[in-house]
Amino acid sequence: MKQEQILKVEQLVKSYDKNKPVLKDISFCLKKGEVVVIVGPSGCGKSTFLRCINMLEPIDSGTIYFKDQVIRREEKNVHEIRQKIGMVFQSYDLFPHKNIIGNILLAPLKVQKRTKKEVEFEAEVLLDRVGLLDKKEAYPRQLSGGQKQRVAIVRSLMMHPEILLLDEITAALDPEMVREVLQVVLELAKEGNTMVIVTHEMEFAKAVADRVLFMDEGVIVEESTPQEFFHSPKTERAKQFLNTFHYEAI
Amino acid sequence: MQDSGIQVLFQGTNFLRLLEGLLVSLRISIIAMGLSVVLGIPFGVIMTSKNMIIRFISRIYLETVRIMPQLVLLFLVYFGAAKHVGVNFSGGMAAVIVFTFWGTAEMGDLVRSALISIPVHQYESGFALGMTKIQVHWYLIIPQTVRRLLPSLMNLLTRMIKTTSLVVLIGVVEVVKVGKQIIDASRYTTPTAALWVYGAIFLMYFAICYPFSMASALLEKKLKD
Repeated sequence: MKQEQILKVEQLVKSYDKNKPVLKDISFCLKKGEVVVIVGPSGCGKSTFLRCINMLEPIDSGTIYFKDQVIRREEKNVHEIRQKIGMVFQSYDLFPHKNIIGNILLAPLKVQKRTKKEVEFEAEVLLDRVGLLDKKEAYPRQLSGGQKQRVAIVRSLMMHPEILLLDEITAALDPEMVREVLQVVLELAKEGNTMVIVTHEMEFAKAVADRVLFMDEGVIVEESTPQEFFHSPKTERAKQFLNTFHYEAI
Repeated sequence: MQDSGIQVLFQGTNFLRLLEGLLVSLRISIIAMGLSVVLGIPFGVIMTSKNMIIRFISRIYLETVRIMPQLVLLFLVYFGAAKHVGVNFSGGMAAVIVFTFWGTAEMGDLVRSALISIPVHQYESGFALGMTKIQVHWYLIIPQTVRRLLPSLMNLLTRMIKTTSLVVLIGVVEVVKVGKQIIDASRYTTPTAALWVYGAIFLMYFAICYPFSMASALLEKKLKD
């Protein structure tokens, strides 16, 4: 069975500073229902890559296709494409002036112009699933980091994105809150959501990924199944990287 | 019984006149504040411009207004304009011009700092949800900016109300001037008039400014996120 290809990136080059490209010639394909996890050392360009997919960053060259359609940051319809590509950030970024339900309903009501009754029902179902229905009326400042991040995921899901980009969503959380957030992501993966995930949680990556990309210095160094990657990495660089997560007893 | 002199406040229409004077002060500050808000918002947005020259010019404006005492500005507009430009402003008009000129600069700086204090991720979260630039500003940035602005806006308003007492020096008959007239008129009948009249004026300013200053403190506490 050939799965539908939903996102394709061809020869993407991106630099913040002219002489130092952050992404050097990245090509990448994503199929519907696939969960791809990107790992790599800090500063290797993985977050930038996600930001480019969502057109939050201008790119130097290369092409990004969303379902055979070329997407560009400069186009007028960029906000329409972004509705189909959800993104959750490391710093959750809930809107502080709105309560939880207000945060979740804003875009469905104002951007998609759906009816209040419909979206409110859906929001409650989703909030219940992530265990936060009782926080509906609370304000972001009253929530813990893990709770905020779960709300941010719900907020993104409400738009029914076809791809979900998760940019180090647990990196700012206390260790005991990481699990409650990743549990939600695991369930989303089980349901067949298409996701591209950047993370430093290797055990989680192993569990959730259909495919692992290992990036270093702006290139995709290795691309394989989680089994292969975590047990027998092909490149020296990947071995070194994985070793940094192991501690020998003294 | 020795009479304290407090009755000077209630003789004839004295108290009413004081209130009328207060109204003049309030009118100047409210008109000037309104104009400052209207002009200061675009000025604040301009101040966040990436263009160096625009930033430099707006900085000079702001610093000039801050460095120069309001009294000097008042004299400049009231006497200076009449003498050298041949424009005769009424005292009230000159006061509104000066306070607006000052208020716009201060307001602009408040708007600027509120705007830059909004994390870039707020914009990005909005964009990532598929919002247009206009939607992001309307639903996310402006409401948050206003919240951050309100306490300092109240503060600016009270400062402006207090500073209107200077306009007595360019001949505007406001509350301090009326007070002086009452004191002068009752110099022989009530020698202690100054104490009572200025005391009353003090209480009047207090009654007006204190609620604003309280509101400011309250808002600051309530809107902290």
